[in-house]
Amino acid sequence: MSEFLAMGGYGFYVWGAYGVTALAIMAELIALRARRVNAVEAHAEASRR
Amino acid sequence: MISEPTAATFQATAPASDSGAWAGVRWALARDLRLALRSRAELGVQLLFYVIVVSLFPLASTPERNQLALMGPGVLWVAALLASLLSLPRLFASDYADGTLEQIALSPYPLPALVSGKMIAHWLTTGLPVVILAPVLGLQYGIDGEAMAALAAALLIGTPILSLLGAIGAALTLGLRGGGSLLALLVLPLCVPVLIFGAGTVDAVHAGLGVTANLSLLGAGLLVAIVGAPLAASAAVRIALD
Amino acid sequence: MNFFRYSSPSTFYPLAGKLIPWFGWSALLLAIVGLWIGFGLAPTDFQQGEAYRIIFIHVASAWMSMFIYVVMAFWSALALGFNTRLSGMMAQALAPTGALMTFIALWTGALWGRPTWGTYWAWDARMTSELILLFLYFGVIALRNAIDDDRRADRACGVLALVGVVNIPIIYFSVQWWNTLHQGSSVSMVAAPKMAAIMLAGMLVMAIAVWFYSIAVVLMRVRCIILERERGVAWTGQLTEPGTI
Repeated sequence: MSEFLAMGGYGFYVWGAYGVTALAIMAELIALRARRVNAVEAHAEASRR
Repeated sequence: MISEPTAATFQATAPASDSGAWAGVRWALARDLRLALRSRAELGVQLLFYVIVVSLFPLASTPERNQLALMGPGVLWVAALLASLLSLPRLFASDYADGTLEQIALSPYPLPALVSGKMIAHWLTTGLPVVILAPVLGLQYGIDGEAMAALAAALLIGTPILSLLGAIGAALTLGLRGGGSLLALLVLPLCVPVLIFGAGTVDAVHAGLGVTANLSLLGAGLLVAIVGAPLAASAAVRIALD
Repeated sequence: MNFFRYSSPSTFYPLAGKLIPWFGWSALLLAIVGLWIGFGLAPTDFQQGEAYRIIFIHVASAWMSMFIYVVMAFWSALALGFNTRLSGMMAQALAPTGALMTFIALWTGALWGRPTWGTYWAWDARMTSELILLFLYFGVIALRNAIDDDRRADRACGVLALVGVVNIPIIYFSVQWWNTLHQGSSVSMVAAPKMAAIMLAGMLVMAIAVWFYSIAVVLMRVRCIILERERGVAWTGQLTEPGTI
């Protein structure tokens, strides 16, 4: 396991790359969720009027 | 408010039969040049801006000859781009503000022709002076001889491209908040290849590779821009006017 | 099958809703398989050690960054040509994901470059063109945000996207032109032609995974955009019932 994390000494680069990628994807999904919620709410309000 | 030629005037000046493309280019070019020459001070300021920006770099970084020679072409190109960007917002804005642009769009001349005329005027007032000044300013950076000639040739071919692409940005951002900076954001990525190949001519000279490749690429780019940019810009003008 | 049935936002909305889980879960599955191939099966590279394993995400995201731009240009052309709302909405939905892919490509590229070629950044054709692409995306997004009227925004961003797409082949071929202009440039960031088949397999699986992810995310976004822009239109009343995505 520690070998896997170390990546032959290149752990910083490999996990830095994949880690930020994972963060970026999560950020996109979270932002989309928030956008979805807002859109639905605003839309529901507009329909009620 | 300066009374500028409006729809009424160009009804009078344009012969009814001659509403073809070239007439449109000539008309717009003449008008824009006339307007530009009325505010000669503004033109002078633009040139001064170019000179100052170019002179800033040695002051801010290093006066060392070798390093200056390396960054010189890039600086001259970036400054040319900035000088071009500086005057772009005005390309359509004043006409847009007083309704003249709408009149122009309704004219018998094809809109791409009119837009081309404006682009040429922009280049003549902004790009051409840069091409003339650059060799002189290049001396500050130790660019001379063959490198100088290559740089001047590249600027001669490249600065029109900057005007052509910049006009598209100016038309797209008509009347929008964020104006000038938004325009820069839109135009800069499009101009980067011009910068790269333009400044690269000097590198090519230093590397002994000859300038044909770079200049040919720039030339090809210019041809594509001449064909495409007026169409794109006039589409953008119509979108802004709707 | 009449695809034009789905060319209106009202019919496309539920279709997109059905497609999202399919693409989303497939993307996840493919990513797991791809990473398993990339980390588990593919051998250690002789020259680059373990650091090369970054290519499994780097190449996929770089391909996708350019592909999404072309797709965005396609929808932009449709929007300008046929004046259809949905085409404009699709173009609008694609830009943020395209920008994200470009960022990932740049970031992973930098981290791959450091151990492999000694530098996080090099102004070579590939990295520079990827950076230009990021700015092109930012431009489209910024222009969209600056224009209040949706239809004007569709058309203005459409023109911008189409002008930018001319840049893509220039950027793409600049790699070759660069090499001809600078013969003797020793560093080539173009991946080695002889690659172990297993590495190639990993890259392809990841590429499809990233592709499906992009589709899912863009469809999610376009549904939000449809709700935002079609507000007050009668048919959307049923959309936001509980149970729909």
